[in-house]
Amino acid sequence: MGILAELTGSIGSIGFGLAAIGPGVGIGIIFGNGVQAIARQPEAYGVIRQNMILGFALAEALALIGFVAPFVFGT
Amino acid sequence: MLKALALLEVTCKFGDDSCPFPAPGAEIFFFPPITSFTGPDGSAWEFNKPVLFAGVAALVVIIFFLTAFARPKLVPRGMQNLGEVIYIFFKNHFAKDVIGQGGEKYIPLLMSLFSFIWIMNLSSIIPGIQFPITSRFAFPLILSLIVYFTFIGVGIKSQGVGAYFKGVAFPDVQPRAILVLLTPLEILSTFIIRPATLAIRLFANMFAGHLLLVIFSVSAWYLLNLTNFVGVVSVVGYVGSIASFIMTIVLTAFEMFIQLLQAYIFTLLTAMFIAEAQSAHH
Repeated sequence: MGILAELTGSIGSIGFGLAAIGPGVGIGIIFGNGVQAIARQPEAYGVIRQNMILGFALAEALALIGFVAPFVFGT
Repeated sequence: MLKALALLEVTCKFGDDSCPFPAPGAEIFFFPPITSFTGPDGSAWEFNKPVLFAGVAALVVIIFFLTAFARPKLVPRGMQNLGEVIYIFFKNHFAKDVIGQGGEKYIPLLMSLFSFIWIMNLSSIIPGIQFPITSRFAFPLILSLIVYFTFIGVGIKSQGVGAYFKGVAFPDVQPRAILVLLTPLEILSTFIIRPATLAIRLFANMFAGHLLLVIFSVSAWYLLNLTNFVGVVSVVGYVGSIASFIMTIVLTAFEMFIQLLQAYIFTLLTAMFIAEAQSAHH
């Protein structure tokens, strides 16, 4: 059987687009819950902000791995 | 930007149909060697711009901390004030809050990592250098390996070899049957994935930031075609060029925030790994 469908061009861009869905949702959840927590207890602002930033950096790492991977493994 | 254009070997601009936008790729991260000599295995060891500025960054950190702490006085004068502010931040935040008991002996490691990584990240926006040294993967890799062997050493020293590895592989969770799933995940996560993502996170942030800045700078130059004075094409070119220039400035401000944040996150995760290795998993 020959090729039925094929994707040509910059597949890396498609890869990055797919890789950005998960971290986008995740970062939204992190900051949404963080803001809610601050609203409930404004005195705990320092602790909440620190954990928000930590969670943001960990989630963002995956989106950026998706950005870099086409450059490393691409043609 | 001029170096990026020279590397991409481009002479034409928007409106000239014979050449498209010179999209920068991974090639802007490679530099010609300033000098090169053959190493012991016969291959060429190149001394180029990232190596030079990594050395300069190390010198800056060493000189700063020497001037601050070489002859400490009871009443601080000059640089010692700034050094003490940084030390107190690390002591309260990392040593006491994150690591807990016995955290003070790790403060030199954490301060060195933070300062070195931050200055190497900052080289992305310092005029003249304008290349983030941490976007060459070797530097985050070696720093992550240092952290890796440090936390394994801490774990072995504080809990003993057998107890440490057993504590990582078989944590104290109650339905013991879940260990079938949890043990491979924990081993993979602690010994392979976490050090790898520690390095890759720093590298990818700096790589992506530098690539974005180069794209907007090159497009600001490319779109500014002053030879086509008439027609809609030239107006689109001017507007696009000004917008790209403004985006470059905005992204530089964003990059400054991300550089500080990534240095802080690297240090925070180092402290967390050390804390986790030190405490018996209870």
